[in-house]
Amino acid sequence: MPLTPMKVDLMLNPASDGLGNGAAHDDIVLDVQDLSLDFRLRTEVLHAARNVSFKLRRGKTLCLVGESGSGKSVTARALMHIIDGNGSIASGRILLDDPKGAIDIATLDERSRDLLAIRGGRIGLIFQEPMSSLSPVHTIGSQIVEALRLHRKMSKAEARAETIELLRQVEIPNPDKMIDRYTFEFSGGMRQRAMIAMALAANPEILIADEPTTALDVTTQAEILDLIKRLQVSRGMAMLLITHDMGVVAEVADDVAVMHYGRIVEFGSVDDIFHDPKHAYTRRLLNSTVKLEQNRRSSSRQERPAAEVLLSARNLSKVYGASTAWFGGNNFAIKAVDDVSFDLHAGENLGIVGESGSGKTTLGRMLLRIVEPSSGTVTFNGQERPVEVTGLSKSQLRAFHRQVRLVFQDPFASLNPRMTVRDIVGDPLVVSGGMNGKAIDQRVCELLELVGLDPATRERYPHAFSGGQRQRIGIARALALDPKIIIADEATAALDVSIRSQVLDLLLDIQKRLGLSFIFISHDISVVRYFCDRVGVMHRGKLVEIGPTEEICTAPKEAYTQSLISAVPNPDPRNKRMLHRTRFTG
Amino acid sequence: MTVHTFIDGDPETGPAVTPIKARRDNSQLAVAGQWSLIWHKFARNKLALASGIVIIVMALIGLFAEFLAPALPETSKPQFTNAPPQQLRLFTSNADGSSSFQPHVTGYTMEVDPASLRRSYVPDESVVVPVGLFVKGPAYKLWGLIPADRHLIGPLKSTDTMYLLGTDRLGRDLLSRLIHGTRISMSIGLIGVCISLCLGVTLGSLAGFYGGAVDALIARVIEVISSMPTIPLWLGLAAAIPLTWSPLTVYFVITLIVSLFGWTGLAREVRGRFFALRGEDFVTAAKLDGSNERRVIFRHILPSLTSHILAVVTLALPTMIVAETALSFLGIGLKAPIVSWGVLLQEAQNVRTIANAPWQLIWPAGAVVITVLAYNFLGDGMRDAADPYES
Repeated sequence: MPLTPMKVDLMLNPASDGLGNGAAHDDIVLDVQDLSLDFRLRTEVLHAARNVSFKLRRGKTLCLVGESGSGKSVTARALMHIIDGNGSIASGRILLDDPKGAIDIATLDERSRDLLAIRGGRIGLIFQEPMSSLSPVHTIGSQIVEALRLHRKMSKAEARAETIELLRQVEIPNPDKMIDRYTFEFSGGMRQRAMIAMALAANPEILIADEPTTALDVTTQAEILDLIKRLQVSRGMAMLLITHDMGVVAEVADDVAVMHYGRIVEFGSVDDIFHDPKHAYTRRLLNSTVKLEQNRRSSSRQERPAAEVLLSARNLSKVYGASTAWFGGNNFAIKAVDDVSFDLHAGENLGIVGESGSGKTTLGRMLLRIVEPSSGTVTFNGQERPVEVTGLSKSQLRAFHRQVRLVFQDPFASLNPRMTVRDIVGDPLVVSGGMNGKAIDQRVCELLELVGLDPATRERYPHAFSGGQRQRIGIARALALDPKIIIADEATAALDVSIRSQVLDLLLDIQKRLGLSFIFISHDISVVRYFCDRVGVMHRGKLVEIGPTEEICTAPKEAYTQSLISAVPNPDPRNKRMLHRTRFTG
Repeated sequence: MTVHTFIDGDPETGPAVTPIKARRDNSQLAVAGQWSLIWHKFARNKLALASGIVIIVMALIGLFAEFLAPALPETSKPQFTNAPPQQLRLFTSNADGSSSFQPHVTGYTMEVDPASLRRSYVPDESVVVPVGLFVKGPAYKLWGLIPADRHLIGPLKSTDTMYLLGTDRLGRDLLSRLIHGTRISMSIGLIGVCISLCLGVTLGSLAGFYGGAVDALIARVIEVISSMPTIPLWLGLAAAIPLTWSPLTVYFVITLIVSLFGWTGLAREVRGRFFALRGEDFVTAAKLDGSNERRVIFRHILPSLTSHILAVVTLALPTMIVAETALSFLGIGLKAPIVSWGVLLQEAQNVRTIANAPWQLIWPAGAVVITVLAYNFLGDGMRDAADPYES
């Protein structure tokens, strides 16, 4: 960022700070002063934001970063006076720069004309989930035209021409045709582009992007961030980007505000935050992010002789849709998994990475035969002699499921909310039989201790535990029957970054003690890099590349892998990776 | 250049809150099972709670009908046909001008209009009928088993009469008939729903769990049955009941007819829930833990369903009650001497009654409306509380 020593910012020093009338403050568009937000809950008042102060300047990006529940989204929405019914602005000012003097958004009436003109007109908002924020029953074009006609008082023909221009700016191909398409005809990335075009329709001075890329794949994320950044610079907008991902922050931010439980605990330039963090929470956040950039396994692992193959998949395929139903069926088929073969060695961690729709989850489920493979074989060498998993009967499959266990992605859906933790963890023991109640109870205590939970809490129900703790319960359940292999399907995707690294460390620790093998399915390359010995990269159902983790992450051979790896945001602002990434077209 | 600022001190461990009310003990909540969570959520809905109390009161009235009714439902006094409601008073004025505590009703003097022969009753302050609690009255058998003659309220002298809600065209006490009608009307809904429940849950869970051909078959049956216009069908079936059957048999046959068409909604609900739960991760986990199908259904899926089923049942009850009332009102449902709200309404279905003795219509209709509304509010409240785990 350009250093302009003339402009001395008096941030967080309201005593000497006027309402933006000094020459030095000309570039400040929005000045948030001591904003506090209260939400009235049933038994308590939640102070979702406390004395939050920051400024947005033209052409600059402020990143509001924090984990879930830190109050970053409600703060951003409050800037447009979008507050849920039970919430209110307890104190503070939101001053929007205006030729006629600053407007305090905090005091505007909910239905006032001024506020409606500001929303969408002077402040544009991009949501996280483009599917739910775009109307499914209107064409993309008509939604943008509506915004243009409302805020810029254009005629229909003008608005249409302008919409096509906007769609061209957000790099949607064939904008004159795409304008008449519906939301469901757009892919996730395209929808987010359309959403950006809509937010930009009224030429806003401020763009608020609330986790704009969280729902997107990593390569799409790189493209969208790239686009937002370019549009912001070329239009000279101020941007407030809300994210939980320190990598994204490092790639696009000028200034960073770290939020934790409703307070901004640290504020500074991106370089200061990343290279000179002062607050303990910022350091913790950075540590857990940066830690994932290395491979923990490589440092602790000795070169072992090639161990025996524990599980091997040969030519696995899954085809959906080519049904031979009564009425002729359809010829249209999707190959979710296409001819995948790999081996898992004993004591090894194999990662499977891929973007959404690459077939990695289907692959994991086929290994367990929750999804029946269309063709191919899975062989398991855990017992005395190799077992052909694809040919097992129902009861033999049960024995196999004792050896190979699954850890689920969603720690909330995978635990039966109506059972106590003891019943959940003990259920596989009860089913397998041969243990009395007391022995099961003892085993459950052991397991809970193993995963770092207090055995005294085993009488509680899952709702009493946090996401990370629930995932530990899920791991304890998987370990109950002394398995040989654990298939972890996006096991850390639903967790905050600091919890994520804790859970990964726990899994590595358990592996060391129990001699397990893992198949770790993830879309998150940094997690796989931290956790796995070898990585397989999946793209459109095919396993495009498989090899040692370091090799895949630093010197990938295939073009797709290269584009994937280079699209991962690097949590180091001095070494931005995304801007010179490899693009893959295929 | 941005100034680097930060807050001193350690990171906080939780969000900042100011309690409004005393917080419930969290450790207690942590070990609370689904039913106590459902209760906490349900108890917040005051309307549903009040409706629940109304239902319980109605059920108790039905249960102890013989004791609560001041008279027998079929005792008729021709001299008091279409008599208006009497007011219960607490104090009488004595001869010396002072007043003393004595619950009583005042008697009537009857006048017959010589031209139209219409009877009209005028309250006569001079006739005092003393009334008491737990009085000896006409003998009855509680639940048809226990002989007794005590009534909650009634005239002290057994030859006196008291009509708090008036009488019908044969001079029978409307209050007693309404109380006895409560028993029949409430129980017909309950029995009907029990039959529906068995059919609905069994077929619904079969369809939902197995899917495929089983589901297709059951779903088509449900659709065919629910596509039939119910009233003509009830009419046809009810008309086919032989007149020689005893009233009690008719009662059970009517329940059966009403419930045969009531199970479809329940079956659909259960089927849908099964479909939703079958794909849940925790059900997949249970299968991977080695549970067989029966264990998955009974240990993992059904406990998640019971609260929903209860809510649906509560919402199905009023339709049963209304169905019985409708059938009886049309004269093809229950018949005398069995008394139900529908039977009472049927007796009031003429213009003369509405004009001259509106109480005969208002009270039974009011009972139906209050009960149906209460069941609906209760059912809504239960449905909202049925899943305490959704965010």
